[in-house]
Amino acid sequence: MIDLINVHKIFNPGKANQVNAVNGINLNIKREEFLVIVGANGSGKTTLLDMIAGSILPNSGSIHIDGKDVTKIPGYQRSRWIARVFQSPLSGTASDLSILDNFRLAAIRTKPKGLSIGVNETFKNQVKEKISTLGMGLENKIEQPMGTLSGGQRQALTLLMSVMDNCKVLLLDEPTAALDPRSAEIVMRTADELIKDYKLTATLITHNLKDAFNYGNRIILMGEGSIIKDINAAEKQVLKQNDLFDWFA
Amino acid sequence: MDFYLTALLQGLCFSAIALGIYISMKIFNIPDITTDGSYTLGGVVTAILLTHHQPVYIILPAVIFAGALAGALTGIIHTKLKINALLAGILVMTALYSVNLSLMGRSNLPLINVSSLFTLINIATDPNQNAFWILLFFVIIITLLIGYLLKTDFGIAMRATGNSESMIRSLGVNTDRMKIIGLALANALTAVSGYLISQFQGFTDISMGIGIVIVGLGSVIIAETLINWFRITSVWLSLVLVLTGAIIFQLVLAVTLDIGVDANLLKLVTAVFVLIIVSLPRITFKKTS
Repeated sequence: MIDLINVHKIFNPGKANQVNAVNGINLNIKREEFLVIVGANGSGKTTLLDMIAGSILPNSGSIHIDGKDVTKIPGYQRSRWIARVFQSPLSGTASDLSILDNFRLAAIRTKPKGLSIGVNETFKNQVKEKISTLGMGLENKIEQPMGTLSGGQRQALTLLMSVMDNCKVLLLDEPTAALDPRSAEIVMRTADELIKDYKLTATLITHNLKDAFNYGNRIILMGEGSIIKDINAAEKQVLKQNDLFDWFA
Repeated sequence: MDFYLTALLQGLCFSAIALGIYISMKIFNIPDITTDGSYTLGGVVTAILLTHHQPVYIILPAVIFAGALAGALTGIIHTKLKINALLAGILVMTALYSVNLSLMGRSNLPLINVSSLFTLINIATDPNQNAFWILLFFVIIITLLIGYLLKTDFGIAMRATGNSESMIRSLGVNTDRMKIIGLALANALTAVSGYLISQFQGFTDISMGIGIVIVGLGSVIIAETLINWFRITSVWLSLVLVLTGAIIFQLVLAVTLDIGVDANLLKLVTAVFVLIIVSLPRITFKKTS
C-alpha cells in the first residue's frame, strides 16, 4: 500500500544546523497493516510520517501510495488516500467552525469543495448517527463550535472525521499525547475499531509502549533516522511488553 | 437631519469594504492593507469608464475585476513568495497609487454631468432617498451572495483555512489558492465601495483611499464586539452585524462633527473610537472576573 524507497530527508543542508532526519529508509507497509512506530525524540518518526502525508517532501528517494508515485505530489492532493490525526487536537479540527461544518469538510475530503450547500437535514442525521457511536453524548451538540469541546472529544471526533469519506490510509501522530489516560484509552480503542471496521492501512507513532504493545500488527523501532528493529505480525505475537521497554534501556 | 442621512448612506457605501475586511481579517486571519489602493482603484475605474460614457452594466464587472486582480496580486506575493501578508499588502497598495494616478492622468476626476448609478435609477424623487433605496438594494444583494458563499462547501473550506491550516490541508484544500481567492474576493468588495462612493460623492480623488482601511477595520471590530457579546455563531447574523458596524461607524463620525469637533481632528477621533471599541470587551471582562 505504501512504499518508501531509499528516502532521505536533510534539514538545513550544508549549514551548521544540518539535521539528517531520515537516512535512506526503505519501508513497505502492506494493505490493512497497522504499523506502530516507536523511537526516541529526534529519531525521525514524525518526519517519516510527514513525508508519507506530503507535508514534507524528501530530498531523495521515492514514495508510492497504492502503486502510484506520489513523491512530488503536495500534501493536500494526497488526501485522496490519506486521513490524518495530529498530536494536537487543534491541528486536526477547526475551533471556530461547528462540529457539523468540520464533519462536512471531512465528508468531502477527496472531492472538490464546490459552490453548493452540502449541510442539509440528511447530512445532519448522518453525522449525528456517526457521532452517537462514540457514546460521548456529542450528537446533540453538532451546532456547537469545535473549540468548546475538550481535547479528548476533539481527537475522537477527528478520528471519526477521517472515515467520513473514502479513506485508505490513516496516519496517527501521537494522537493521545495531549490527553489524560482515560480519554487516551477511548481514543486508542476508537482508532483500533475504525481501522478494523474500515480495513484501513494505518500507521501510529507513539511514546506509550503499552499502546505500542497492545495495538497494531507490526512494530518498528527508529533511531537516528533509520529503522533499527522491524517486528512483523508473527514476531509481535510472541513479543513481551518488557522486550519493548528493553529497547529503550 | 440630512447630515445623519448622508452618514447612513455613506455607511451603506462602506458596507462592501466592511464585508471585505471581514473576509480578509476575520475569516482568513490576514491583515490586508491592499484596501487603501483597491478602494481608490474601484473609484478610478468607475470614473474613467463613466467619463468615457461606457455602458453602466460593464462598469461594475470591471470594478470587481480590477479589485480582485489587486487582491490576487497581494495573495500571490504572500503565498508564493512567502512574504508577510502585511508587507505584501503595503507593496501592492503603494504600487497602486501610481497605477491609479496614471490611469486617471490627474489627481481628481469630477463626475458631474455624467449619468451614474444614482441618476439612472429613479425610485424616489428626493435624491437622498433615491440613493438610500439603491444602496440598500445593493447591500442586500452583496450580503446575500457572501452569506450564501460562506454556507457552501467552498465557504466552509474558506472559513477553515483561516482557522486551522494543517487540518484543511489534510482535507485536500490547496490553502495557497484559497488565500489568493479570499484576498481577491475581499478586494473586489473593497473596490465596489470605491465604485459606490465615487458616484455618490460625484468625484474620484487619488487620496480618497488614504486610511480607508480603518473604516473597514472599525466596522468589523464593532461587529466582532457585538458577536462576542451575544455569543453569535450564525454566519448570517455575523454579516448583518458587520453591516451594522459600518453604519454605526459613520454615524459616530457624524455625531462627532455635529457636536462641533474640528474636522481636522476627524482621523484622530476615528482612531480613538476604534481603540475604545477594541478595548471595551477587555475592560468589561476584567470587571466581571
